[in-house]
Amino acid sequence: MSVILLLIPLSLVVAAGFLGAFFWAVRSGQYEDTVTPSMRLLTEEPKSSTRSLSKDEKPLR
Amino acid sequence: MTFAVPAIHCVACVWLLEQVFRFGEGVGSSTVDFAQKRVSIRFDPRRTTLARVAGLLDSLGYAPDLRLSDLDRTSVPAVSRRLWLQLGVAGFAFGNTMLFSLPGYFGLDAFSGPAFRNLFGILSLLLSLPVVTWSAADYWRAAWVGLKHRRLSLEVPIAAGILALFGQSVVEVVTGSGEGYFDSLAGLLFFLLTGRVFQQKAFGRLTFDRDYRSFFPLSVLRLSSDPAGLEREERVGLDRLEVGNRLRIRNGELIPADARLVGGEALIDYSFVTGESEPVRRHIGELLYAGGSQTAGAIEIEITKPVSQCYLTSLWNQEAFRKDRDDTADSITNRYSVRFTWTILALAVGAVAFWGWRDPSRAIPAFVGILIVACPCALALAAPYTLGTALRVLGRRGIFLRNTQVLESLAEVDAVVFDKTGTLTTAQGGEVVFRGAPLAISEWTAIRSVVAQSSHPLSRRLAEASPVEASGTARVEGFREVLGLGVEGRVDGNRWVLGSVRWLHQNGIEDLPETGETGSVLVACNGIHRGTFVVSNSLRGEVGKLVSDLRSSHELSLLSGDNNRERWRFRTVFGDSATLAFDRTPIQKLEFIQDRQNSGRTVMMVGDGLNDSGALRQSDVGVAVVERIGAFSPASDVILEATRLPRLAEVLRFSRTTVALVRASFVISTLYNVVGLSIAASGRLSPVVCAILMPLSSVTVVAFAVGSVEWRGRRAGLGPALGKGGGHP
Repeated sequence: MSVILLLIPLSLVVAAGFLGAFFWAVRSGQYEDTVTPSMRLLTEEPKSSTRSLSKDEKPLR
Repeated sequence: MTFAVPAIHCVACVWLLEQVFRFGEGVGSSTVDFAQKRVSIRFDPRRTTLARVAGLLDSLGYAPDLRLSDLDRTSVPAVSRRLWLQLGVAGFAFGNTMLFSLPGYFGLDAFSGPAFRNLFGILSLLLSLPVVTWSAADYWRAAWVGLKHRRLSLEVPIAAGILALFGQSVVEVVTGSGEGYFDSLAGLLFFLLTGRVFQQKAFGRLTFDRDYRSFFPLSVLRLSSDPAGLEREERVGLDRLEVGNRLRIRNGELIPADARLVGGEALIDYSFVTGESEPVRRHIGELLYAGGSQTAGAIEIEITKPVSQCYLTSLWNQEAFRKDRDDTADSITNRYSVRFTWTILALAVGAVAFWGWRDPSRAIPAFVGILIVACPCALALAAPYTLGTALRVLGRRGIFLRNTQVLESLAEVDAVVFDKTGTLTTAQGGEVVFRGAPLAISEWTAIRSVVAQSSHPLSRRLAEASPVEASGTARVEGFREVLGLGVEGRVDGNRWVLGSVRWLHQNGIEDLPETGETGSVLVACNGIHRGTFVVSNSLRGEVGKLVSDLRSSHELSLLSGDNNRERWRFRTVFGDSATLAFDRTPIQKLEFIQDRQNSGRTVMMVGDGLNDSGALRQSDVGVAVVERIGAFSPASDVILEATRLPRLAEVLRFSRTTVALVRASFVISTLYNVVGLSIAASGRLSPVVCAILMPLSSVTVVAFAVGSVEWRGRRAGLGPALGKGGGHP
């Protein structure tokens, strides 16, 4: 029965991990547009718009 | 920089727009938001300009829709990140506390011993702390604000319930007398927050609020003469215009400020401002009002008033035009919750009094139990889910509502006021009737040939109405057009003159009938009056059916900024009881609505142009009719695709059904409350009863709300859902 003392913290850690993943997903804006990513998947080429901005380019907004 | 691009409609659009950096110098990455029809583009302001990026999009076939008011607007996600995180925390706590509570519910305490029960209780308490302090924060605040304003909103019993649940549970855990209601507490907030996410998601992504700047172009052509005396043109933003500046307005452009005409022939279309469908002619030196658009050639104007003080802007700034509604004060839920809260309080106090007299030890459990069970979770979910689903059902069919409150107002509408031009009638496909001896084909050919030379709206309508094909036209000699008067030309040696009475008089033609109607075109051949074309705006399809559907149940009126030449026609459509009013200014339209409201009516205004915007705001429900969703429309509560206008009667009926369904959901959740209360009032409420009753009631209500509304929506005859896709630009 005492094994439960090990299992409970373990389950809490796993659950907290998922909560953390959810926080990350929300913070990175994945819940704001749930339509477009599914379409991006259909275009053949790997997503090339991820090209990062060079140092002197500045995002406006 | 984020652009609104209405043309986005398919996968290929997304792909192309995210490859934009390949086509333009200095353009970085771009991200498309399909649902909002927006594209965010990063670019280097030193290597390119905003104008060039916009031009690039235009050349790809995705013309961005630029408005002055967009420049200082930041995009707001439909559901705020904060709400998602609050929901996540509540869900996390709900799942875990449920696991800790299960041993207790199955009676495993005896097996595992009280040590585990205390451990589980303390763990649940720790898990619930962020739920109570953070996830529930909005409810605490709303309840506090409600109490401060002496208003019993639904948040008050919710907050009381949360407090009772948490307080009772803490006491049980600390004293070791039980494991508390933490799972019910977390579950309650989880369900409540789900409802709020759903509600926020259901709200349209269309913008319903406008200010005058949405109407104006971003920049205009300013003329100036440099020291050498040469004319120079430059593009300037509207905010940099000053009184005395000279501007060049080209064909089709909007006049941005009240101004005096200094050069060119002005034929101004004020239909958007006044509702008048025919362009008016203005001479040099006359005043032009902002909001009109030039329809013939380029003109030069000199600004007489700053943009912020012109006629159009002053219209907007009128008190009545900017009526901010308190959207939540009188909603169906809040009316119900006031009664509900008083009943609960009375019951709780009654139980305390009863048990205080019979068995004081059960008084406190009974009081707390009532507050816990009565916590109106199902009640709080009923309205958001029912109304939210109804909003989605309507949205799929091209009818967009500002918020759920509008649906409740729709259900109460008993008077409908229609605008004429652009709402009941369309500019395309007007009916053209010829009064006079029937025209021979050779005469039609001649008329068609002459009017084909002109771009005046009436000429174009005559050309469309003629039975002669464009290829069959003859050569026209000596063509002359005087703006605002008419045209003349020679075909096969016959001299044709078409236009107004004044125009024919000037051409020496006598014996004319006195028409005085702006929509009529007189025709003369070789100096003799041949007949008159009467051009009327065509009614949208099925308007007759809509009116006869509404006539029995609603008071109908027609308001028009146009003259009354079509009175007879609308009298036959609307019947004898309806009010028909013509030659109304925007202010008069607004006053008409006010007058109806003062006589106790709930008024719905259906309109399309700026000339209706005052009336749309004043009315209880303002419906803006647009040719294309996403196109510009005045501020309103409902945006309706023009093809859906005939379905308005069904929309009204559907909204009444929906409100009835909200009431039915209230009844269901009240039934659960009655069951729970009868247990709680006896002071015997246990965590397991609470843990079953609360989710069960919420799920039933949500299932009933969504299911019944979807079902009624399919049977309401609202028309088929809109398809996706369409042609590629």
